[in-house]
Amino acid sequence: MADGGATEGSAGKRGIGARVLRKEDSRHLAGRGNFTGDIKRPGQKELAFVRSPVAHARIRSVTKPAGFEGVVFTAEDMPGMQPMRAPSKLPGYKGADYPALAMGKVRFVGEPVAVCVADTRAAAEDIAQAVTVDYEELPPVMDMLAACDADAPLVHEDWGDNIVLETFTDDDFDSIADRAPVVIRREYRMARQAMNPMEGKAVFAEWDDRTDQLMMWTSTQVPHLIRTGLAQFLGLEQRQVRVIAPDVGGGFGYKVVLQPEELVAGWLTRHLQVPIRWIEDRREHLVTGANCREHHYHVAIHASPEGRILGLDCDVVVDAGAYSAYPFTNGLEGAMAHGNLPGPYKLDAYRCRTRTVSSNKPPLLPYRGVARPGVCYAMEMTIDALAREIGVDAHKIRSMNMVEASEMPFMSIAKKHFDSGNYARSVDMAVDMIGLDALRQRQGRPEPDGRLIGVGMGSYVEQTAHGTSVFSSWGVAMVPGYEQATVRLTPDGGLELRIGVQSHGQGMETSMAQMANEVLGIDPEKVTVTHGDTGMTPYSTGTYASRSMVMAGGATSRACKVLAERMEIIGAHLLQCERSEVTVRDAKVVSATGSVSFAEIGRVWYLNPDELPDDVDQGGVEVTMGYRPEPDSGAFTYASHACAVAVDPETGEVEVLDYVIVEDCGTMVNPMIVEGQTFGGATQGIGTALLEESGYDAAGNPTASTFADYMMPGATDAPHYRIDHIETPSPFTEYGIKGMGEGGTIPTPAAIGNAINDALKSIGAEVTETPFTPRRVRAAIVAAKGEAA
Amino acid sequence: MKSAKFDHQRVSSLDEALQALANADGETRILGGGQSLGPMMNLRLAQPDLLLDLSRVGGLDEIEASSTTVKIGARVTHARIEDGEVPGATGAYMQAVAAGISYRSVRNRGTVGGSLAHADPSADWPSALLALGGEVVLAGRGAERRLPLDGFQTGPFGTGMEYDEILVAVELPQIGAAAKWGYYKVNRKPGEFADAIGAIVLGASPRAVCGATGSAPFRVSAIEDRLADGAKALTVAEARDMIAAHDPGFDDYELQIHAVALSRAVGRAFA
Repeated sequence: MADGGATEGSAGKRGIGARVLRKEDSRHLAGRGNFTGDIKRPGQKELAFVRSPVAHARIRSVTKPAGFEGVVFTAEDMPGMQPMRAPSKLPGYKGADYPALAMGKVRFVGEPVAVCVADTRAAAEDIAQAVTVDYEELPPVMDMLAACDADAPLVHEDWGDNIVLETFTDDDFDSIADRAPVVIRREYRMARQAMNPMEGKAVFAEWDDRTDQLMMWTSTQVPHLIRTGLAQFLGLEQRQVRVIAPDVGGGFGYKVVLQPEELVAGWLTRHLQVPIRWIEDRREHLVTGANCREHHYHVAIHASPEGRILGLDCDVVVDAGAYSAYPFTNGLEGAMAHGNLPGPYKLDAYRCRTRTVSSNKPPLLPYRGVARPGVCYAMEMTIDALAREIGVDAHKIRSMNMVEASEMPFMSIAKKHFDSGNYARSVDMAVDMIGLDALRQRQGRPEPDGRLIGVGMGSYVEQTAHGTSVFSSWGVAMVPGYEQATVRLTPDGGLELRIGVQSHGQGMETSMAQMANEVLGIDPEKVTVTHGDTGMTPYSTGTYASRSMVMAGGATSRACKVLAERMEIIGAHLLQCERSEVTVRDAKVVSATGSVSFAEIGRVWYLNPDELPDDVDQGGVEVTMGYRPEPDSGAFTYASHACAVAVDPETGEVEVLDYVIVEDCGTMVNPMIVEGQTFGGATQGIGTALLEESGYDAAGNPTASTFADYMMPGATDAPHYRIDHIETPSPFTEYGIKGMGEGGTIPTPAAIGNAINDALKSIGAEVTETPFTPRRVRAAIVAAKGEAA
Repeated sequence: MKSAKFDHQRVSSLDEALQALANADGETRILGGGQSLGPMMNLRLAQPDLLLDLSRVGGLDEIEASSTTVKIGARVTHARIEDGEVPGATGAYMQAVAAGISYRSVRNRGTVGGSLAHADPSADWPSALLALGGEVVLAGRGAERRLPLDGFQTGPFGTGMEYDEILVAVELPQIGAAAKWGYYKVNRKPGEFADAIGAIVLGASPRAVCGATGSAPFRVSAIEDRLADGAKALTVAEARDMIAAHDPGFDDYELQIHAVALSRAVGRAFA
């Protein structure tokens, strides 16, 4: 069993499968990273935004403070800056343009209304404080269910209702209703929350007259998409925009969208001809920027008395906030909920309606796991409710209903093409690891401190690295195609690797170098990975959807293989033998009798071309190759998490006592990184389950605008995770790799919720709303007992 | 966000500080450890014109014990209390409280005097020290003035101090080696501000404090009477009734966790 330790690969192996220490850690651990906030230029100006203090209002007027008229800008003052538009081809989808600065109306607290420019942030805030805005307040829409009512106020008057997108599927549902005698109905809520990477958004913009380019350093996961968006909404040609993501301190999805502040900074630097800097503060992050999750579910599982799940009937509402963020739209969450609710299970029938609704809250953004933590929670909690109802162990219901290894590949009822794996084995292993039998015995005895012990589990499948066909079916404007990588041998035999994705904590500077090592045998230390710069790397839609290792890793492998072929031609010539007699190994071209180092090949190509053979590939020792899996329906990672909790029935407090993870992300490139990513994701899942909530009062004011009110999981909240792996290579991807960056977040709310409900079983109480705060747990207990205390 | 503009005056004596307070015409705030005031200023929730910095004023960071009392200078940090610098059983009680305040880097700067003067209802010292009893020592234009901790805090962020007074020390009773005490805090995470505090000190006479109330902490007389009668335990249901009699404006959950805190504080006192 692995336990998160770090060891270099055995016997010098540093390619796929080796626990290579992360190259990027040496600079980060020494505080020598280079983030957007570290950039300084002479004459730079800072921005502060005037943000709406009301959730829904018409703007009657904006009055700039006397003497500062020239440094305060509203949308009217910024000709050429277009509202952001994220179109969707999904039938019935109603998009809402997202103006970088409000145009006539504000639709959430924190919406930018004007921007102030000054030498320092404090001075800019002084100006912002003196700007007065006259608002004509309108009734806000603050609850997603109320938003569906016919008489609800309208976030966008011209829509006629608040429905962004409605989807409906009925796959033969009525046929099973009669033969499923057990019906379990539940209602769940998952709270809105914020993402909270350590580094918030940060922008540094400067116009470079030499290249006639807008240079934007920005904390993003998707530099190429930011470039495309900036050009589109600022009216520039794309060649006039270069976007660089330097060190980025986490993203989690917050940084896959074009931010209003990026657009504003780009416009201002172009028109004021000064460098512009904007660094998001935590209050802006919590209030205005990084909202995510927020689902409501009605779920009904129709089952046989033995626990065979025959049908699933769901009604899902997603609170998408006021606008649609570019480029992924705010319809994505609902569409993904629809496709992922049945999870790893075989069903005879599936009926699902989703409604994505608009509200007077910030735009909903895709957060690590995107929709799946919500659907997994709704499905897995209902499975445990079924287990309690019919008296069968929940893990047996899971195993009995999962798609079997022998059935792979398998088309699920929600049209997901599962590629490989043994789902039920992850359940069995997790049951063993958590020690279910011992925990059941412990539950039979009262705890000395009066707490109640519970054990729970959550299982999921996660579509990763899905490609063109999948995104195309979602109707978004941005569809990923062939991912490219460029490799270039240096004159001294090193390797430059350029990828269009962006690494912001995933350790790709290491894992991509390991991929090069796997093909070429080159020391990962001799591989410089360049990423996050539109001027230096191939176009890519970027890092999201657990795709980078599969896609950019696959492209790296393909590019390295072509480079190897070209080097073999040169090497064979230098070794005076046939091409068929050589191979690339350990950073050398090797024949039966000798070898030529990469350094020697670099020297010949660059400096002594007179030594090259006639049949040398004139493309040289620089190769760009594209890659996408075939089919591109995705590589499905899966896992089962199990945990034990103690619930204090007097206060409602929950402590996670033990937490185990069994996951299968196919071939692991760097198991240490896999484990780190999984633990980090699971800790965010604990935040969703127990702590994090972006609340609003009825008037639309956010109630958690600082870390005093917004609870983040910290060191004291993270259990000592135990993890084990199954490695089932995907048949569809290079080396059988599956994506895994998001998975840790997905089943945690379900596992913890199920454990709490297991603990409360004797009382007959159930929690159904995240986060499972002490107040909510206690309320469930009080409700079940029918009395206070 | 960044703080609004303010003047910063680092004074070297109490007289100088009092003079500056008397002369100030805008809003003046006294800077102790700055662990609450700093964030409030950065959020522009507090926008003082003048910040009077007492960090160079001598005589505010001493701990003086007599046979019956211990006097703690306003600028003594939570960390020094956590490290056991306050002697006796009073010190042991305070040590346990201090160790639960936020995290160590905050405790290194945050001060007991600052906490009392700031009077955040969710902070530890206003409740914990009310359970000890004693007095705060205030310097002003006239003679030194003393206010009993009973009644010192008047509401959320409100005390009986005048605007031109400076809290210089708190004088607390020595509760004696055999005295029992119990402190229990309900909060969402280690180091977070409290959602409920129960503080019990059985000194000369039992004192029981219900804290983190949203306003000033208050003593629960019925619990004190029970303890004076020799009770060694208190059920949650009993505590609920006794707290509710004070009409604290709690909803059911708040009443519950305050009752749990007091019940468990009694349990810890007699553990």
